[in-house]
Amino acid sequence: MNSIFKRTYSYWFLLPAAIIYFIIFILPTIMSFFFSMTRWTLSDWEFIGFENFITFFQEQSLSIGFKNTLIYAVVTCTLKVALGLLLGVLLTSKIRTKSYLRSVIFFPTLVSTIAVGIAFSMMMHPTQGVINTALAAIGIDGPDWLGDTRIALLSVAMVDVWKGLGFATVIYIAGILSIPAEYYEALQIDGGNSWHKFWNIIVPLSRPATNSVIILAFIGGLRSFDLVWAMTKGGPGFTTDLIASIIYKQYQGGFYGLATAGNVILFLVVTALAFPLYTYLNRKEVDL
Amino acid sequence: MRKIRQWGFEIGAVLFTIVVFWIPFYFILVNSGKDAKESSLLTMSWASNSQYWENIKTVVVARDFMLVRAFINSTVLTVASIAILIVLCAMAGYVLQRRTGKLSPLFNFLILAGLIIPPAIVPTIWVMDGLGLFKTLIGLILIEVALGFPFAVLLYKGFMSGIPREVDEAAVIDGAGGIRLFFGIILPLLQPVTATIIVLSSVTIFNDFTNPLYFLPGSDNVTVQLTLYNFQSQYVTQYNLLFTNILLITIPPLLLFIIFNKRIVAGMTAGSVKG
Repeated sequence: MNSIFKRTYSYWFLLPAAIIYFIIFILPTIMSFFFSMTRWTLSDWEFIGFENFITFFQEQSLSIGFKNTLIYAVVTCTLKVALGLLLGVLLTSKIRTKSYLRSVIFFPTLVSTIAVGIAFSMMMHPTQGVINTALAAIGIDGPDWLGDTRIALLSVAMVDVWKGLGFATVIYIAGILSIPAEYYEALQIDGGNSWHKFWNIIVPLSRPATNSVIILAFIGGLRSFDLVWAMTKGGPGFTTDLIASIIYKQYQGGFYGLATAGNVILFLVVTALAFPLYTYLNRKEVDL
Repeated sequence: MRKIRQWGFEIGAVLFTIVVFWIPFYFILVNSGKDAKESSLLTMSWASNSQYWENIKTVVVARDFMLVRAFINSTVLTVASIAILIVLCAMAGYVLQRRTGKLSPLFNFLILAGLIIPPAIVPTIWVMDGLGLFKTLIGLILIEVALGFPFAVLLYKGFMSGIPREVDEAAVIDGAGGIRLFFGIILPLLQPVTATIIVLSSVTIFNDFTNPLYFLPGSDNVTVQLTLYNFQSQYVTQYNLLFTNILLITIPPLLLFIIFNKRIVAGMTAGSVKG
């Protein structure tokens, strides 16, 4: 029976996928640790130890990406959790327009990031842009969204939230709908109001959804590249550069070793933050 | 009184979505119908004399029909990647779910790692270059397959656990081998997940910008998202054409959304809530 079992579920089925995954994903990931310590031209390499990493953290134009990436990930993740939860509650309540609202909020998820980035960068134009024209009409002097070094990164983060909110909301809707009705009945018997319902039932019991949104949004934030590239290309100066955009710039400049060091740093940041976060959130997960 | 408040609230919510979610698309729509001078004003008003058709023609023929070639490339890329992804991931998910052994934790770890870790760009180029696949459509297809693998295999594995083992046993007793069991019985039963993966991956791969940027550079093999990027630098003074391009490449995802709205939402939540 055992040999039949092995033949029926032969590892040959796994092999084609495993080969592609290994050669194209695992192997380059392992090699990146080596190449990050070289001066590299694809055909030739020279081992230089940790020099690339030292350069990365000493050059202000590079190390700023490290800080920006963390800010960007925390800001987008927090807003997606907060707004996603609120919209999730709203869209599971008794409201007539909910299927319309759900579709409208979800649609940006499916639109090309580059298209969204280009459209918003035009709308955020400091003098002619739609946003500032509208603000001027009600007497507010709008800032230079993408040109002001203090807010440019946050402006890009807002667009990221605009685009990714639908996904977070949809996860929350699924999470809230899976809460058993008995909890609400019990609350009604105890005479709780809608605030109690939100704070004592929905928030704790949609915990699995919260965990998914945090993990996905946080990892997505750490890795993001296209939106920043479409909107600011890292500018003004280097104030909106993320690790991923620095990798691209170094790659374009032909500094392959340095670009790979950036990749390794991103790898370390993601694993150092995402794996513990993942275990922590899953340990505290409640059973429904 | 309660009813009035309810209605007020709903109208408020709808108005809010119009301002926040419709305006960017409306902005693209009106500006793609203007001439270059008018669109450079970046206003929300309708074109004083609309020229949609002319703009579309200009964008389509620009740079030797680059947009047409891009649509062909993106279609080939999307269809081929998804076809390979489905067959290989279904096979892998089938074995990984049915056969658990000492190696299972390692496999699970590698799959989870693929969901989290960002791909190492330049080393991947180095590997592709060594295989002679760098800057080729086939190379990019394999990259999309490798990067789509963890998510697809998890969905298949999850769905496999809902197919009773008795199905397999009955087939084996009837004399079916692994290949006949899988292709004849299991793969057809996996059809709901397959549909989900087709819809989700087609959006992801069609909208992919980063991978074609790195692994398929140059204007010969351009994909749709890169046309936008190329036009962005070329049409600095012709926003109308840039917006027309955005409009044209947003049509495929829009159609998918209209047809498969429910399936997309269900698939995305299934893949993320319990991965």
